[in-house]
Amino acid sequence: MQLSHSTFTPQHVLRHGLQIALFNTLLWGLSLLANGTEHWDVELVYNQAIGLSIWAVIEAGRIVLSPPGHAWPAWSRALPLVAAAIVIGWIVGSQIGDLYCGCSNWTFLSQQPRRLRSAIAFTIGASAVATYYFHSRGKAMADREKLAAAERDATLARLSLLQSQLEPHMLFNTLANLRVLIALDPPRAQAMLDRLIAFLRATLTASRSASHSLAAEFERLDDYLELMSVRMGPRLSTQLSLPDELRDLPVPPLLLQPLVENAVKHGLEPKVEGGNVEIAAERHGDSLELSVRDSGMGFGNGHGNGPSTQFGLRQVRERLQALYGDRAVFSIDALPEGGTLARITLPLDTPAP
Amino acid sequence: MTPTALIAEDEPLLSASLQAELAKCWPELRIVASVGDGAQALQQALQLKPALCFLDIRMPGLSGLEVAQALAEDWPDDGTPFPLLVFITAYDQYAVQAFAAQAVDYLLKPVEPDRLAQCCARLQRQLSSREAPQAMQQAVDQLRALLGSAAPAAGTPKLEVIQAGVGSTVHFVPLDEVVYFEAADKYVRVVTADKEHLIRMSLRELLPQLDSTRFWQIHRGTVVQARLVTSATRDESGKTHLTLRGRSEKLTASRLYAHLFKPM
Repeated sequence: MQLSHSTFTPQHVLRHGLQIALFNTLLWGLSLLANGTEHWDVELVYNQAIGLSIWAVIEAGRIVLSPPGHAWPAWSRALPLVAAAIVIGWIVGSQIGDLYCGCSNWTFLSQQPRRLRSAIAFTIGASAVATYYFHSRGKAMADREKLAAAERDATLARLSLLQSQLEPHMLFNTLANLRVLIALDPPRAQAMLDRLIAFLRATLTASRSASHSLAAEFERLDDYLELMSVRMGPRLSTQLSLPDELRDLPVPPLLLQPLVENAVKHGLEPKVEGGNVEIAAERHGDSLELSVRDSGMGFGNGHGNGPSTQFGLRQVRERLQALYGDRAVFSIDALPEGGTLARITLPLDTPAP
Repeated sequence: MTPTALIAEDEPLLSASLQAELAKCWPELRIVASVGDGAQALQQALQLKPALCFLDIRMPGLSGLEVAQALAEDWPDDGTPFPLLVFITAYDQYAVQAFAAQAVDYLLKPVEPDRLAQCCARLQRQLSSREAPQAMQQAVDQLRALLGSAAPAAGTPKLEVIQAGVGSTVHFVPLDEVVYFEAADKYVRVVTADKEHLIRMSLRELLPQLDSTRFWQIHRGTVVQARLVTSATRDESGKTHLTLRGRSEKLTASRLYAHLFKPM
């Protein structure tokens, strides 16, 4: 069980020890009910000394043998540890009890085989119960922590996806263009506003839905590119190619968005003469290849160096890994003729992610 | 005299709109050039010498700030007043803070007509009251502060050695031996006492990886190892000429960096 922080703080150890002492007292009470109350103090001392000794050996063994970040060693080590702890704890605890009553527990028990057997069975049973209790409690705690960490990661990922897509520079520049168009060309302004609305809606819902059709993916990319081409004018040209038979294939929403955004923002915007973005979907046997090709600055020349590019690429990589494991391939290459080609290959036999 | 202006904005609609809005709130202003990238902005401004430059921050080629720096370094000494600069940005938090701190004029996109009218009124006052030498000095001080505030965050790992590739061999040049770095298009020339190497990165990318107390930027395209400067001589135009240990050529520090070479 993986824990994010150490379970071996002094507070933890003290709390476990007190719980064990309480458990021992409970067992002592039960044995008094069964065997009578003649030597109740001696019984209590033996009971606590043996119980706490076993616990101390297990606790020390856990600290030494557990791999870093884990509360328990592997089963192959934990079982011998518990067995050894019972033997050592029983011997040490008996010695302590002997000191208290001035007699010998071993001599007493060895004369009565029936009581010896029941004492051994009792000790093993009690140790097993206590060990099982702490182990399962620790496991439940670790599971809760793991779940909380996973939820936190998912929320953070959604937030950063949103932040990267609602980039303020893009938003305000688009609004500035829109403001100009309203006076200059109202129908075109309206069309641009519709594109912006569709883009914003897709961005805000993409983090919540698991998949949409490839046709929807291409429409959202087209919205973004249309907004950018109003801004960049003749400096940006675009081609989208989606064969009809691939239109209904499910893909994770806005999977290609960071790649298209990188192509425009880091490939073409910084280039004085601008250029071309080509997005294509193709079927190769039982895999689907999605590609984004730009004729911009080229990966490594401005493109691909900024923290926002790196973030976009990491995001694509992480989403693919989470949804398809090693069956999806993502590559990004500088083209010899200049520009960048990003490619994603997805398995087609996988149902909607 | 009719005031003149240059507009540098890469988005065609925004450029046309700024021109139209300016025509409304400042009818006498004559737009002498409207360009869409940084390199053209620099070239046109140096050639046409407008009274005002409206510079978008994010442009292809050079950024608006880089254009301003280059203008301040290359502006002639013939008494032509340095243009008043107005930066335009959609959203650059740090730049906007720096502009406000240095009392540099700036406009936020979308540009509001009231804000533009205020800006024009302020520019008109400045144009009527200013004198050329003061204007240059004021611009230099402001830009120096702006460029200083845009300095890269500390914590970037610093280089100790330059790895310069020639064919299939990589030469290792200890930083101690580098006399100066000089920008050459997409490359940087690495100059030691007896050798020269080219590395495939821009000076902009290299700068954050140099210790700025050892390596001083003296021009937008030159960084010198301070330890190896032997003398600095200031000429009447405000440029400073440096002689170097181990090199016979002289380097020139621009107006923006001349203050580094004052006597103690």
